[in-house]
Amino acid sequence: MSLVRDIITIAAVSAGAFFFLAGTVGLLRFPDTLTRLHALTKADNLGLGLVVLGLLPQATSLRDGLKLISIWLLGLLAGATVSQLIARTARQGEPAK
Amino acid sequence: MSIAAAFEVALAAVVLGLGIWTIAVRETYSATVGFVAYGLLVALIWVRLDAVDVALTEAAIGGGLGGVLLLGAAARLRDAGPTAAEAPGKVVRVTAAILSVLTAAALAGAVLLLPDPAPTLAPKAVANASATGLANPVTNVLMAFRAMDTMLEKVVLLLAIIGVWSLAPDDAWGGHPGPRHQADPLGVLVFLARLLPPIGIVVGIYIFWTGANHPGGAFQGGAILASMWLLAIMAGLTDTPPVGRRWLRFILVAGPGLFLVVGLGGLWFGAAFLAYPPAQAKPLILGIEVAMILTIAATLGLLLAGAPERSVK
Repeated sequence: MSLVRDIITIAAVSAGAFFFLAGTVGLLRFPDTLTRLHALTKADNLGLGLVVLGLLPQATSLRDGLKLISIWLLGLLAGATVSQLIARTARQGEPAK
Repeated sequence: MSIAAAFEVALAAVVLGLGIWTIAVRETYSATVGFVAYGLLVALIWVRLDAVDVALTEAAIGGGLGGVLLLGAAARLRDAGPTAAEAPGKVVRVTAAILSVLTAAALAGAVLLLPDPAPTLAPKAVANASATGLANPVTNVLMAFRAMDTMLEKVVLLLAIIGVWSLAPDDAWGGHPGPRHQADPLGVLVFLARLLPPIGIVVGIYIFWTGANHPGGAFQGGAILASMWLLAIMAGLTDTPPVGRRWLRFILVAGPGLFLVVGLGGLWFGAAFLAYPPAQAKPLILGIEVAMILTIAATLGLLLAGAPERSVK
């Protein structure tokens, strides 16, 4: 059983790390604020989500698992709110088309 | 080299790089962002050193509330415009650089000259944990073994808030700190400020409560409560209270006041100042901490809100 759990952990955390890497590359390479935000939210939502998913099989108790999931949910909430706020400020700053 | 060691080396290199960048960068805003990232990474270093209590405080103060304070200062400096006349001269800058290098060298020397193994009271603190009935050695040290330091630290917080208030103009004395924030009532920020505080208050109280036996405590919990309060203020859902209000001043002195009363009680009934009777040690400590978490939350919130700017009328 522990082998199966470890395989799930390694696969999911690696996938999460890939999304963090992709998000960082996007943040550095994309041309404007909105596309950079788009890249960043992939790291926050999918990257953190996959890392949490990978850590869940390693949680020793139900309580630890729930704590991990609530960290992800709070991360989602914070990421979604902040990117909305940044995007609005960025659109107000740009000249009207 | 193991993965953990490689991670630590990389972490140390990034922290050093960020530190240098924060000093070298010209824009105050960029320096602030660098400092916040620096604080969060230093918190990771504390976790690697198994000092989770310190890590929580560093993340809350160095990365969170300190960052907001510096961002506010940077915004004010930018509004004020560049003041070329006030830029320090070459002599001042060279002297400051020499003093900084000397301080850094003295600190590095002190760390390198420490005897190995370093003298420590940690085993004694752990061995005497049963004296208070609390399992977290850090809380034991803060609230019992070195309670005097913690009490004085709370008095320093009180002095800091008096220092901030004394910047108020005469006609705003006793009034509301900071500007009145306005936000779109149907906007994202207001939505977050309605959704997050119930969760944040539970987390803050949990971190305070679990501090008896696990990493956490009144300071970390109080910082979270303060940030929830500030979120509601920044979204315009509530206004900062006038600093002349009696209930507010009562909360601000509640923590150190109760600490002092219990300390004097120790002098009166027991062996020494701040000596708790062993049977009542845990309830007394918890009582002081309940008063302290309120004081810390109010103090940190008001420190960030700034000097009173608007009179009550």
